[in-house]
Amino acid sequence: MADLTSNFLGIKSPNPFWLASAPPTDKQYNVERAFEAGWGGVVWKTLGAEGPPVVNVNGPRYGAIYGADRRLLGLNNIELITDRPLEVNLREIKEVKRKWPDRAMIVSLMVPCEEEAWKAILPLVEETGADAIELNCGCPHGMSERGMGAAVGQAPDLIEMITRWCKQTTRMPVIVKLTPNITDVRAPARAAKAGGADAVSLINTISSITSVNLDTFSPEPSIDGKGSHGGYCGPAVKPIALNMVAEIARDPETAGLPISGIGGVTTWRDAAEFLALGAGNVQVCTAAMTYGFKIVEELKSGLSQYLDEQGMSLDDLVGRATPNVTDWQYLNLNYVTKARIDQYACIKCGRCYAACEDTSHQAISMSADRTFEVIDAECVACNLCVNVCPVDGCITMEELAAGEQDLRTGKPVSKEYANWTTHPNNPATVEAAE
Amino acid sequence: MTNSPFTPGIAPARLPQEALAENFADLHAPLDAHEALVAADRCYFCHDAPCITACPTSIDIPLFIRQISTDTPEAAAKTIFEQNILGGMCARVCPTETLCEEACVREAAEGKPVEIGRLQRYATDTLMAKGVHPFERAAPTGRKIAVVGAGPAGLACAHRLAMKGHDVDIYDKRAKAGGLNEYGIASYKSTENFAQAEVDWLMQIGGITLLTDRTLGQDLTLGELQSDYDAVFLGMGLAGVNALRANGETREGVSDAVAFIADLRQSTDLSTLPVGRNVVVIGGGMTAVDAAVQSKLLGAENVTILYRRGRDAMPASRYEQDLAASKGVRFIFNAMPLEVLGNGTATALRCEYTKVEGNSVQGTGETFDIPADQVLKAIGQTLHGSPEGLTLDGAKIAVTGAGRTSLDRVWAGGDCASGGEDLTVTAVAEGRDAAEDIHAALSDA
Repeated sequence: MADLTSNFLGIKSPNPFWLASAPPTDKQYNVERAFEAGWGGVVWKTLGAEGPPVVNVNGPRYGAIYGADRRLLGLNNIELITDRPLEVNLREIKEVKRKWPDRAMIVSLMVPCEEEAWKAILPLVEETGADAIELNCGCPHGMSERGMGAAVGQAPDLIEMITRWCKQTTRMPVIVKLTPNITDVRAPARAAKAGGADAVSLINTISSITSVNLDTFSPEPSIDGKGSHGGYCGPAVKPIALNMVAEIARDPETAGLPISGIGGVTTWRDAAEFLALGAGNVQVCTAAMTYGFKIVEELKSGLSQYLDEQGMSLDDLVGRATPNVTDWQYLNLNYVTKARIDQYACIKCGRCYAACEDTSHQAISMSADRTFEVIDAECVACNLCVNVCPVDGCITMEELAAGEQDLRTGKPVSKEYANWTTHPNNPATVEAAE
Repeated sequence: MTNSPFTPGIAPARLPQEALAENFADLHAPLDAHEALVAADRCYFCHDAPCITACPTSIDIPLFIRQISTDTPEAAAKTIFEQNILGGMCARVCPTETLCEEACVREAAEGKPVEIGRLQRYATDTLMAKGVHPFERAAPTGRKIAVVGAGPAGLACAHRLAMKGHDVDIYDKRAKAGGLNEYGIASYKSTENFAQAEVDWLMQIGGITLLTDRTLGQDLTLGELQSDYDAVFLGMGLAGVNALRANGETREGVSDAVAFIADLRQSTDLSTLPVGRNVVVIGGGMTAVDAAVQSKLLGAENVTILYRRGRDAMPASRYEQDLAASKGVRFIFNAMPLEVLGNGTATALRCEYTKVEGNSVQGTGETFDIPADQVLKAIGQTLHGSPEGLTLDGAKIAVTGAGRTSLDRVWAGGDCASGGEDLTVTAVAEGRDAAEDIHAALSDA
């Protein structure tokens, strides 16, 4: 069994799976059961400043989209930060940390953009014995209307400012949680780093409307006939999160800044992908909300098996794929592949044919007996046939070896790497020095 | 209750009412809305889908399943009915395992096809439960067509003609419309009087007059119809039953399986229906299976299907065979009846093993007796009293193209016509296509 012990910013936890700041981490009862189930750590649901607690709506807080058999693919919510009194949360955090010293206890915070507000709450959190704080600069609904959450996360100068305040005030490591509701996620990440952040975590939820009720014409979830953009999460957001993690991991200005990966982590494989792209650990929420705390057992066993099979340690995995993320202009244009259909595996559904025919390339032929074959002279290797084929492994993209002729271009495949920067069609091409 | 499965001879009420009710309930419970969505999600929406090709009525199956999956079963039903106005019955009785579901690519992929039949039932039941008839008649043409036989072929033909604006009179020799849907299919495939409900729903198109208790050759002649109508469609099915050609065929206890099934279908109290303690059904088709299974469900102790060829040659699908076996029906293959034994009343059936040489079946000389107080003949039906002047193809009315017979302005389809498998769905296709051809012919005239 691979050792899953995680060390993130010096915070040790028995595994790299933390529960993200969200409803499951709102109280002692939940967090203790999560720890009993085996979670490595939690980020306690966001605390606000002292005073009257926030209020939540009294109608539905969640909306969803589904795949086959009502499999939950995406969830959105309009719940605000914790609506429990600050002192109750602090007392419970302290109690849980005392009882579970080997688990990571991070406290998420969101207070107004005033130095006094941050200076007021940080000593209270520090007193609980928590391992770190996470600045909620991402919540896209409700609190953002009051100048907090995503409203801060969308203004890099504000991120830098509050990060600096926190670093100046507390000895606790500071993690800045970023919003994806922004054009270029590198800007807030750079700002967090400039402010002295120890790490960033991302992504927070994505502004969304999950659906519209076509009888009442209210967005869902509907509160008395009206809806508001909620934060989208769950398996559907993973590709967006992976990209943002990779962008920060490979940005020279933020390279090396620890990242806690968040966004649709549902299985060990999702977690491994975040780690490979540079996340030092992952945070999970929707999967636990959907299936319960027990999924952590599969996350642990799956990741452990994978590391064993690869002969890797957890640290080996972190960032392993980051160098392979590049810009389009550097992709090898001499890498030529063609689709290949395994006739034994083919079930003759014809989806590859319909997709290729109607999408544009007309590179798959169909015979009277429903044999589907690739026309190499037309195949641009777009991969759509692979994507729509219902049989795993039936269609594959096979690389043409150097020297083989590409029937589409009529040219032999070059063994040299060549990209757009040197391509003759590129007006900006710089002649390579002979 | 005084009788049991062990009561000798042929006797009613072998099982308590509750057991009978349970035995004759829906063979396949209808899908509920959630089950339908789950089942629909499995469809791959194949290009030029093999299931469509396999369907005799060419229903656009991927489209109707997609319509179910997007929560519009009413639209799905219309997709079905456009091709097959008896889509509700076909959803219940089609041997989907040898048609659409056999062709389903998921059958190839994992041996578990999309449940097309049950999904079709979900869609059609949903629309029919609303009492909605999704088609309207075209403007009246003033043309009048006679349809003989209110079975699947005749009903499909009449409906399509009515849609085109023609007026249709349907003649049927029985008291009720529906043909084999009403009289010839196992009860557990068409529960709650579905066949009549379907006829009533179909008639909502308007322009169709149903004239029952009228037999061609007795109450009316083809010549009269030809002179009274612009066109005639013959869809009267096969009224004759093949003879057993075994000694003792006239002994009491020997009867036709089709009559047995008809009695059962018309019964309002199954506990009054007599059935043997030892029932032997002779034949290998769907009728044999339907008769055997229902005998067992009525409480017969022993039910045997005797078929003169091997299992692989049996016209009833493997699915039907397994259904029968699961209900406790025993199969004896490669054996044929020689003589019904008994003193006036059947007590046993003497059989002889067979061997198949080329296309012919011959006795081996080895015989055996099985107890039989009821022998049901299901060895095929024949065209009974074909109207004069029609060219026959073998024992059926010869047709070319979309059901054109040798007589001008006379079409035929369904079991009485040559070609095609004798299935409800085939009959529907033939009736529909004949109607289109009749319409084209009348429009040209």
